[in-house]
Amino acid sequence: MGNFWQDYKGAWVAAGVAVVGALLSVIVVPETEQVVIVRSGSPNRVYNAYVPGAPFGTTDAGIHWRIPGYERAIRIDKRLLSVDMQQEQVLSTDQLRLNVDAFARYRIVDPVKMVQTAQTAERVTEQLQPILSSVVRQELGKRTFQSLLTAERGEAMAHIRDGLDREAREYGAQVVDVRIKRADLPESALESAFARMQAARQEEAKTITAQGQKDAQIIRADAEAQAARVYADAFGKDAKFYDFYRAMQSYSVSFAKGDGGKTILLSPDNAYLQHFREP
Amino acid sequence: MTANGDAISRAGPGIAKDSAQDSVSGATSGPLSRPLAGPYAGDVLAMTGRKSPWGSDSEGENGASQPGSGSASSGSDGPDSGDDKDASDKGPNDKGTGDKDAGEPRGPRNPWLPSGSTPPRRPASIEDIFRSRDPRRTNGGGGLGGGFPNLPRRADGKSWLPLGIGVAVLAMLATSSVHALNPGEQGIVTRFGHFSRVIDHGLSLTLPWPIEQVEVTDVRSFAVDTIPDGDGEKLMLTGDRNLVDLSYQVRWNIKDLKDYSYRLTDPKGTVREVAEAAMRASIGQISLNDALSGAGRARVEQDVRERTQRILDYYRAGVSIQGVEIKKADPPSKTRAAFDQVNVAQQEADRDRSNARATAQQVLARAEGEATAFNKVYEEYKLAPEVTKRRMYYETMEHVISQNDTVVAEPKNMNTYLPISETKRRGDPPSGDITVTAGPATAQQGGQ
Repeated sequence: MGNFWQDYKGAWVAAGVAVVGALLSVIVVPETEQVVIVRSGSPNRVYNAYVPGAPFGTTDAGIHWRIPGYERAIRIDKRLLSVDMQQEQVLSTDQLRLNVDAFARYRIVDPVKMVQTAQTAERVTEQLQPILSSVVRQELGKRTFQSLLTAERGEAMAHIRDGLDREAREYGAQVVDVRIKRADLPESALESAFARMQAARQEEAKTITAQGQKDAQIIRADAEAQAARVYADAFGKDAKFYDFYRAMQSYSVSFAKGDGGKTILLSPDNAYLQHFREP
Repeated sequence: MTANGDAISRAGPGIAKDSAQDSVSGATSGPLSRPLAGPYAGDVLAMTGRKSPWGSDSEGENGASQPGSGSASSGSDGPDSGDDKDASDKGPNDKGTGDKDAGEPRGPRNPWLPSGSTPPRRPASIEDIFRSRDPRRTNGGGGLGGGFPNLPRRADGKSWLPLGIGVAVLAMLATSSVHALNPGEQGIVTRFGHFSRVIDHGLSLTLPWPIEQVEVTDVRSFAVDTIPDGDGEKLMLTGDRNLVDLSYQVRWNIKDLKDYSYRLTDPKGTVREVAEAAMRASIGQISLNDALSGAGRARVEQDVRERTQRILDYYRAGVSIQGVEIKKADPPSKTRAAFDQVNVAQQEADRDRSNARATAQQVLARAEGEATAFNKVYEEYKLAPEVTKRRMYYETMEHVISQNDTVVAEPKNMNTYLPISETKRRGDPPSGDITVTAGPATAQQGGQ
């Protein structure tokens, strides 16, 4: 060993220098990054640049070279990046407030332009953030509260995306999608919303109660009517007999022995007593 | 060797003297052994002297396995020499002498130590076992020293180090180029960062580590995201501007590892955000009642699943949404009382209806009963109208009059009799009596 080292000292040093030099000048470009080589301040070339629809494996990710010291490699994310909008209050055309929370997805499609304008992807995100919130406010402010909640969202989102995309192109970025993550009532509006919901429920409750009572009455009335028809059918056959029959029933109920006791005054002319006087 | 001889001859008598003095004094355990071992003392000392420094056990009698430990060898010598006293006594004594020997000679013997005694002593250390310091050993200790610790290593050549490193590197290359993936796992192979291929579960070969790298991911098992985190109330606006407290789960797995790895910066977070946006959009299209009802929920789940999948496919996220489950859809807690009122009202209404139906049944049944009764009587009546009528009349009157106080009176001046009959009736316990006052009536009639 010692001899080996001693004998080839020069070669060893040369090899070491070569390895260090290679390590300094090689750049490994992963699939997830695009690398812009900046030569003395100005972008010179791009490795693994974004190409729409290019399948993985055909890109030029992998090992590349640069001149150490003279060329500088700037790594830029090739993947879809996200911009999160801070929660913002949006005023709809019908003067209702809504807390809106949105996010956008973008990717760097022109790395050279991006390097010239913003240097890093993080800075692009920072720049896009206020633009996103202003575009969102602007666009949603043109709409009614109801349309913010429902289907028109899609159309509004397309407008917002286009608006943001126009700005993003300045940074070499392409906005892929903008979505509203949340659209909530502000704290102040919550109470009144609750009150309204409560009132609506109370209304519903009362309606249901009333409906129940109405139904009960109808059911009873139907029964009464049916009963009357049954009575009429039966009693209509002989009204005079019914009169007598019913009177008899009534007497035996009305003059039944009660607690108080009753005294009945009978006239001697009474039909019941007619045989009292004469047989 | 000659040096050794001198040393022993010199040391021998010296110690013998010491022992003699000790025996005379006869004090402690140390001296006791001396007289016993008296005749052999010189031998023992010579042995220990020779053995202790460089462990010539290989040559010696007993302690072949014990390399440089002078005490052990001397201890073993003691009994061998033939004196059978208490071994327990002897052991420590001899040790004492052994230590003395080992300790004492070092000072004076220094000059010849490097030549033979010390280097062979060191071999006991790990250093010697692993590294070959044979040249030195052979020079100094001769046949005695080099015997035991470095047998296997020396024969091969100069050093194991390069070979060992070579083997380690080979092993590393081998392990980094063979990949055994569990079922449900996939690995993405990159060659210097450049995407090469996706390997499936099972055994696969790649180029070794620096060239190709493999990143293994579990693509089969489902990730479950619960939105929102925690138990807090999460209010969403429904299409009719009401609020609903909703919590749900999203289950997903990786559909395309390539896309999943390379398309998005934060695929997990993206799935979550997109699912949340989709849920908001779906809930925003339906009314509160639909959101609370079971059928509405099923529709929302389906809707959110499709919507989320569509957006993720648009991002080419390589994620497959397996299902969206609404765990809870409740009215906000502050309005819960009002919602309960509705339930109460519902029950009240139901109760009213049942009561009414019960009454209706009663009324109808009575009507039918009465009508039937009348019909029956009427049929009888038709057979003999006059008689039946009379019979019924008398029966009824009989019934009525038998149960009440009855006064037959002339209507025109009956007032005078009333109080009398009243008091009378109260006085008499049997109240059922019939008092027929015919007199006045006839008198009146007569008067008329």
